[in-house]
Amino acid sequence: MADKVLMKGNEAIAEAAILAGCRHYFGYPITPQTEIAAYMAKKMPKIGGCFLQAESEIAAINMVYGVSSTGKRVMTSSSSPGIALKSEGLSYLAGADLPAFIVNVQRGGPGLGGIQPSQSDYFQATRAGGHGDFRMIVLAPASVQEMADLTVKGFALADKYRMTAMVLADGTMGQMMEPVSLDFDIEPAPEKPWATTGTKLEREHNIVNSLFLAPEELEKFNFDRYERYKYIEENEAMYEEYLVDDADIVIAAFGIAARVSRSAVNEARKQGIKVGMIRPITLWPFPKAPFEKAAEHAKAFISVELSMGQMIEDVQLATKCKAPVTLCNRAGGMIPSPEQVLEAIKNAANGGAK
Amino acid sequence: MSTTQFLFSGFGGQGILFAGKFLAYKGLMDDKQVSWLPSYGPEMRGGTASCGIILSDEPVGSPIVANPDVLVAMNLPSLDKYESAVVPGGMIFADSTLIERKVNRDDVTVYYVPATRLANENGMPTLANMILMGKILSALGDFSEDSLRAALGKVISAKRADMLETNLKAMQIGADFE
Repeated sequence: MADKVLMKGNEAIAEAAILAGCRHYFGYPITPQTEIAAYMAKKMPKIGGCFLQAESEIAAINMVYGVSSTGKRVMTSSSSPGIALKSEGLSYLAGADLPAFIVNVQRGGPGLGGIQPSQSDYFQATRAGGHGDFRMIVLAPASVQEMADLTVKGFALADKYRMTAMVLADGTMGQMMEPVSLDFDIEPAPEKPWATTGTKLEREHNIVNSLFLAPEELEKFNFDRYERYKYIEENEAMYEEYLVDDADIVIAAFGIAARVSRSAVNEARKQGIKVGMIRPITLWPFPKAPFEKAAEHAKAFISVELSMGQMIEDVQLATKCKAPVTLCNRAGGMIPSPEQVLEAIKNAANGGAK
Repeated sequence: MSTTQFLFSGFGGQGILFAGKFLAYKGLMDDKQVSWLPSYGPEMRGGTASCGIILSDEPVGSPIVANPDVLVAMNLPSLDKYESAVVPGGMIFADSTLIERKVNRDDVTVYYVPATRLANENGMPTLANMILMGKILSALGDFSEDSLRAALGKVISAKRADMLETNLKAMQIGADFE
């Protein structure tokens, strides 16, 4: 207990990033993630780091590209519309095989939307982070502690696989305070022989670039990259199972939706309904294995989301439609209540899911 | 009660978020599982501040306090908005200096504390929040100076040690109010 402090999720991300060795932050303010930038603005100058409020989101993500090219750990953060603006840069980072750490504290959309919590950037994060064939590792914290843990993990994964790792949080995760321990064993960043650090006339030039005009060459880069993605899919999926073993009904939920659902699962269990939950911690790679396994005994799945139903498609794919998957959702900045989720569970228990 | 949900609500500037943070730290130091979630939406722009705190013996599920066990209303709009949300058998603490009406429900325990007046009379005009906090903790049978002092130490910087004593005094005033 003694080593735990109360922090907002946004602050926990910022402090964990600094502990992970990040000394460069570029951003542009937007609710509900502004505390990340504020924390960096306060702290970075004191530790020899760089905080820079860019002139726009597009500038910020390209500054990330620049610093990453030199091999340094670097990050940016934003909320939904801001991440959309950064999409071009995310694609360039992928094309140049550069590690980067990105945070999206989601708000309701589409468009400028609102500032209340949402999970409606699931597709954007797991499918369409920008143009071209590429993936990002997507991490979905469900507590302030995980905001910190997955930040440290995100930097490590980004360096290991030379790609973008994104923490996909939401307004509640960013704004809420919970006890958090920041006692991390930080692995040093790996050697980056590809970085543009000056040749000192002792080696060949390193070139960081995403332009490959010869299609044969560009195809090879894509194929090689997808070999790496395949390895990641097989080795890096993370999830938490809660009371799944004997469950007739299995909830799929991440982030704040998983917190709400856990309350509903506990209540349903008290009422004698055999329900459990699989909480994906990585959204890409999506943890298919636990869903495949659960589909052998579950009669129905419920995807609980703060969106019009996005992760539900991955649940359907992972369960190979062996059981019906229904949606329990709110959107536009609204959050499902435990009672709403409990109703969905009861409905499924009564054979309502088709 | 293994889980207690608190909702603090009032005007911006009344120390709503601070009081909530203090309570969350007190819970943390008492080995409780805790969460603290502020409003940050458009209502803030209208000058309303609120935050939900959950103290529990079990991991906190949803951090959203929709139906508080304990409501602290520091202005009339807060009482109007949240009075009906309090669980039956719950508690409402109202700053009766700023809220002239009575609570309409008879299935909750209500404490009317003229916190703003007491704060002004005692030369601590910004501490009506902590006067109410003192009353809450004494009503819950959880008023021990050592524990309060330790939690205050977490939310007041060491440079402002004098404020710690004033906050403690404010809570004592609240606890002593009949």
